[in-house]
Amino acid sequence: MKLLFERSRSGRGSTLLPACDVPVTQFDASLLRSAAPRLPEIAEVDLGRHYTELAKQTHGVNDGFYPLGSCTMKYNPRVNEEAAAQPGFTQLHPLQPLETVQGALEVLYTAEKLLCEITGMDGMSFQPAAGAHGEYTGLLLIRKYHQSRGDSARTKILVPDAAHGTNPASATMAGFNVVSIPSNPEGGVDLEALRQAAGPDTAGLMLTNPNTLGLFDANILEITQIVHDAGGLCYYDGANLNAVMGQVRPGDMGFDCVHLNLHKTFSTPHGGGGPGSGPVGCKALLEPFLPTPRVKEEGGAYSLYTPEQTMGQVRSFYGNFLVVVKALTYILTLGKQGIPEASAGAVLNANYLMKQLMGHYDMSHDSLCMHEFVMTLQGLAHDTGVTAMDVAKRLLDFGIHPPTMYFPLIVHEALMVEPTETESPETLDQAAQVFLDILAEAKSDPESLHQAPLHCPVGRPDEVTAARSPILRYSFDD
Amino acid sequence: MGSYIPSTGEERQAMLQAIGLTSADQLFDIVPEAVRVKNLDLPDGLSELEVGQRMAALAGKNRIFSSVFRGAGAYRHYIPSIVKTVTSKEEFLTAYTPYQAEISQGVLQSIFEYQTQMCELTGMDVSNASVYDGAVAAAEAVFMCQERKRHTVVVSGAADPQTLAVIQTYCESRDVPVVILPAEGYATNPDALKAALTGETAAVYVQSPNYYGVLEDMDAIVAAAHEAGAKVIMGVNPISLGLLKTPGEYGVDIAVGEGQPLGMPLSFGGPYLGFMTCKKAMMRKLPGRIVGQTTDAQGRRCFVLTLQAREQHIRREKASSNICSNEALCAMTASVYLAAMGPQGIKQVAELCASHAHYLAGELGKLGFALRTGDKPFFHEFLTDCPTDPAVLCAKLEEKGILGGLPVDGGILWCCTECNSKADIDRLLAAIGEVLGK
Repeated sequence: MKLLFERSRSGRGSTLLPACDVPVTQFDASLLRSAAPRLPEIAEVDLGRHYTELAKQTHGVNDGFYPLGSCTMKYNPRVNEEAAAQPGFTQLHPLQPLETVQGALEVLYTAEKLLCEITGMDGMSFQPAAGAHGEYTGLLLIRKYHQSRGDSARTKILVPDAAHGTNPASATMAGFNVVSIPSNPEGGVDLEALRQAAGPDTAGLMLTNPNTLGLFDANILEITQIVHDAGGLCYYDGANLNAVMGQVRPGDMGFDCVHLNLHKTFSTPHGGGGPGSGPVGCKALLEPFLPTPRVKEEGGAYSLYTPEQTMGQVRSFYGNFLVVVKALTYILTLGKQGIPEASAGAVLNANYLMKQLMGHYDMSHDSLCMHEFVMTLQGLAHDTGVTAMDVAKRLLDFGIHPPTMYFPLIVHEALMVEPTETESPETLDQAAQVFLDILAEAKSDPESLHQAPLHCPVGRPDEVTAARSPILRYSFDD
Repeated sequence: MGSYIPSTGEERQAMLQAIGLTSADQLFDIVPEAVRVKNLDLPDGLSELEVGQRMAALAGKNRIFSSVFRGAGAYRHYIPSIVKTVTSKEEFLTAYTPYQAEISQGVLQSIFEYQTQMCELTGMDVSNASVYDGAVAAAEAVFMCQERKRHTVVVSGAADPQTLAVIQTYCESRDVPVVILPAEGYATNPDALKAALTGETAAVYVQSPNYYGVLEDMDAIVAAAHEAGAKVIMGVNPISLGLLKTPGEYGVDIAVGEGQPLGMPLSFGGPYLGFMTCKKAMMRKLPGRIVGQTTDAQGRRCFVLTLQAREQHIRREKASSNICSNEALCAMTASVYLAAMGPQGIKQVAELCASHAHYLAGELGKLGFALRTGDKPFFHEFLTDCPTDPAVLCAKLEEKGILGGLPVDGGILWCCTECNSKADIDRLLAAIGEVLGK
């Protein structure tokens, strides 16, 4: 495909703006750029076709099955998009007088109330723009809490070895040291190791439940108790909330704060990597430290206020507001019955697909899974040389987005499969058949799988050269 | 209630049987009974018709101003029709991060194009694929400049207050000392900056045009900072770069900013776009995703996420940042916007913004709204005195459908863009005249 810059022809373009209707301001020459930016010059028709071509080489949820573990690639309802595209939301300046944005404040307030009910929390901020941003904000809550009590010795955050990579990275950014807690053979937190690690220097524990193996840790109440007994707080990574929303609440499991990924659990689109939204909810003891501003309601009127001991701001304004509009649309659509039905559907679909693959592919654990399961292709790789990467790449030829590869790190040759609730049984049946066909290929013709994908626009990119001799922008000198 | 589960109740029952269960409840048998949700206090679900009405009612409770003279970090610009057409394509909308390059060349190429355009616009060498917003971009840039013996950041007090707030939050948690250099006459004084720099200063953050619209004396600021061995981070409005000298030409080390003016609607504050570009020497310190060009086994050009050794999923607690999801679709929006505008169009936008603002400033001067920043050059925002109570004036303007400037420091911070035509400005002036009884 040609790049925008390779389509450019000097003098082309669109007439978008009128001529200047006031005297043109003349800046001193020392303030002007010396040469125009080499932006492409393209007629609108060619610009449209350029992106249509790019779209054809992009795989979204609407293009096919997307069982990307930990990412909850469920269907993104169109009505959410329509709701968020209304001028009454898109054309609001964030600094308009509050009496002119009552509907927008009501969106934030209502979404906060509903999500607090779903998570068992008391207050929430929508300022964090993504999951990792939410993690960071939640950890700052914990930091502020200990500081406010003069408890400066609590410098460590406990993180299970199965955790998402953002957990330890966020802990570092929030000024903590990370202590890794091993998993037990059942895939849960090793309680003895946790007891050993928890102490007067423990600021808190970050945990995903179900964890990244797709397993619910039945010891959860004991886990949060151990941390609380040591004086630490418990942080719930909401990345996997789609497994349990409406079934069990992080607040009831003993967690003091949570972040959610509205772009996973609450059906807003990923947009090729963002924008997401990573709201942070917390129990009352942490509310005074939430980011400013917060929304309150008095007598039907909404206004903003600053929590007394606020951590300050983690982003400008109120976060990714339009994403919140989409998530609220979704929650109102599903409601009381639909929210638990969605999680039950997600868990059912995952188990249904796992069942069909079991006995053919090795699973990290054979028990019932939650919303996702992890296969280990170590045996296959040993017997045939075909790796998790090879199988993943072969799936591309069948129009299936591969599962998450080589994660969690504690499982060798891992493929993490999360079908979500928005797939029909026949889609799951077809996907299972493709997995089995690929397994047969791996045994009959392992060499060909190393070359997969065979039918995509490009083959596997040379990532080593890309990193060693980085080309990160178009060069106009070529 | 609404549902997006395709299977019927009967089908689900058959699926349960296939996995050896009889009821959906059994799926959650592992959850301790004591904490199973008994009664979820949510409203009943709604049909699509009903939820559409509910959301329309919420949108209807907000007021849209046809005439906007307020900026202060969020700007109303004209958005070419093709921008929304492209970014609402469902392939782009519903795709995940392009980890699987073979089926993601479209989105990867668009990020590569975005990176190129941002480098061109800012005059810098390398761009990342975006961060959350302009304020976070500034905070992340501060961390890029941390060296073994240099930790302090000196921040211009004339920068956007929200950017300052986010820098302070981020720095506090990492024990990075922040020195805020008070603005003098609503701008950064290079001599005062010089005096504030020490051997421990890692970076200087200056925004130009600053919060008050003023173009800072960047040459003197960069010289002072570099002489002291500190890096320079420049916050910049991307629209101004259609016309004005680039961060690259000033010799700064990192350029950051809020990309919202590049085709994103105001949207009550988000989603927005944090952009970050830097000198080549700092490439491996840049946080977030970056797309690089390479080839496949057959020698075909292709694009891939690269330099991932910096990132959290590889480095975990040693990563340069925790960022994972970014603002990819907003970056694509900016890219389509810049491609639609072209070099002439982006210059035209900048010229219209500046010219409208200068026309308004001149006319307001005649009504007694003296410019607070004297003869300092400004781009498309400026701070004036207000001959009456700013809040009262703005309320009167709102009655006439005009969102006036933002009351700041007892005066008013005005903004014009290409959307504020001469006729629009003259209507504002007439309305102000009426309020003042002139």
